Amino acid sequence: MTEQATHWRPSASLAMLQQRAGMLARLRQYFAEHGVLEVETPLLSAAGNPDPHITSFTTCPVPGESPRYLNTSPEFAMKRLLAAGSGPIYQVCKAFRQGEQGSRHNPEFTLLEWYRPGYDHFRLMDEVEAVVRRLAAGLRVLGPVERFSYRVAFQRHLAIDPFLAEVDELAACARARGLAVDGLTERDQWLDLLMGHCVQPLLGREGPCFIHDYPASQAALARIRPGDPPVAERFELFIDGVELANGFHELQDAGEQRARFEADLRHRQLTGGEAVALDERVLGALKAGLPACAGVALGLDRLLLVLSGCERLEATLAFSYERS
Amino acid sequence: MANYATNEFRNGLKVMVDGDPCSMIDVDMVKPGKGQAFTRVKLRNLISGRVVERTYKSGESLPGADVMDTDMQYLYSDGEFWYFMDPSSFEQVGADAAAVGDQAKWLKEQDMCEVTTWNDRPIAVTPPNFVELTITETDPGLKGDTAQGGIKPATLETGAVVKVPLFIETGEVIKVDTRSGEYVGRVKS
Repeated sequence: MTEQATHWRPSASLAMLQQRAGMLARLRQYFAEHGVLEVETPLLSAAGNPDPHITSFTTCPVPGESPRYLNTSPEFAMKRLLAAGSGPIYQVCKAFRQGEQGSRHNPEFTLLEWYRPGYDHFRLMDEVEAVVRRLAAGLRVLGPVERFSYRVAFQRHLAIDPFLAEVDELAACARARGLAVDGLTERDQWLDLLMGHCVQPLLGREGPCFIHDYPASQAALARIRPGDPPVAERFELFIDGVELANGFHELQDAGEQRARFEADLRHRQLTGGEAVALDERVLGALKAGLPACAGVALGLDRLLLVLSGCERLEATLAFSYERS
Repeated sequence: MANYATNEFRNGLKVMVDGDPCSMIDVDMVKPGKGQAFTRVKLRNLISGRVVERTYKSGESLPGADVMDTDMQYLYSDGEFWYFMDPSSFEQVGADAAAVGDQAKWLKEQDMCEVTTWNDRPIAVTPPNFVELTITETDPGLKGDTAQGGIKPATLETGAVVKVPLFIETGEVIKVDTRSGEYVGRVKS
């Protein structure tokens, strides 16, 4: 028999599939109780994600037409719904990212994404905590929540100020922890290295841990709050050192969003990434008026991983990438 | 040798790190949802045996190491080198004490071993998982004492010393697990 023929079994146990189904049922119950509308948006999009660190899959659904992008997250389409007056919405969907594979990554994964008009990122963190506790019911008792800023996280765990430290200091801090990495040219790359290897593993050991107010250079689609230093109104959630969610107090300004997209495209070009078609439709929606809102994306496979105490993501998937 | 980029890293890949050949024993991705991707690798240095952990920026690459594992027959030692022969080509190689290391005590002439070479130079020798060796010296056996569970040291023909049950006698052949250095059983002659 070929290897494929002998490896037909699921990568998740039946008990895990039942836990996943239970989690999805509680999730839909929560949002139904709270008046948040479930939506579905296309997985195939005419526009791609310009984020320089994300690579989209492309495919040609209609021969002769320009390629479509498999969505890397449903955020652009959901913002178009918000601008069209949908009110609070949520979606559970697959997202696809090329080259992302490992103990915490699978090239296709399940995202829960939701938007709350009128919320800022602090109020949305409250709801993320409530949702995570609801989903954890019967699986794991989570300890008290922790919340601190990106700056405090670095000060607490590395005794360094991520907003003021020079690149040399960040590099020395990494070296002192046995991290000698070649080819890093940007400040944010050093911050990502330290965050991923030295700070993140220590976050959320007892209960949910939110980190908020990121460097403005890592704003992505978040608003930037003026100040000294200015900060991105963005948050992430960690449990057991695993990154589970990323949320924004969403940027509403179409002009600024276009400038950020274009900066991303230039960055892609400089670093040898493929060009992507910009999403003019989401820019059109922002121009027409996105309601003030906060939104968050939460990785459901990873949440199941930490709630069930597994080590590797494939244990949460009916069929991991290797068995797909 | 070819270069390998981070997206080609996988367990068992042999690469050069700090001038030494290393084998990857664990490869994982460390990537924030928004931001730079890294590949974290655990590597076993094939010369020293030590395990180190390294992080590479996604897209970086490492030169491959010309490392090969070949099944070879152990011939003899002249005290300085241990000589092995590839039974298909009859080619012989001599491995020095640094390559053979502690495994010398399991090497019995004619046994098939795995010889790891780097640029055709032997750097490690792996004996069979089980070897059968004659006891050259041990305290006299205690008749009937087969159930007590007592143990005593025994010296084998290759110089290795293993713990054996009390009833085992000098001149007997025993089977030993070379990975743990433990007595497995006696071999009926």
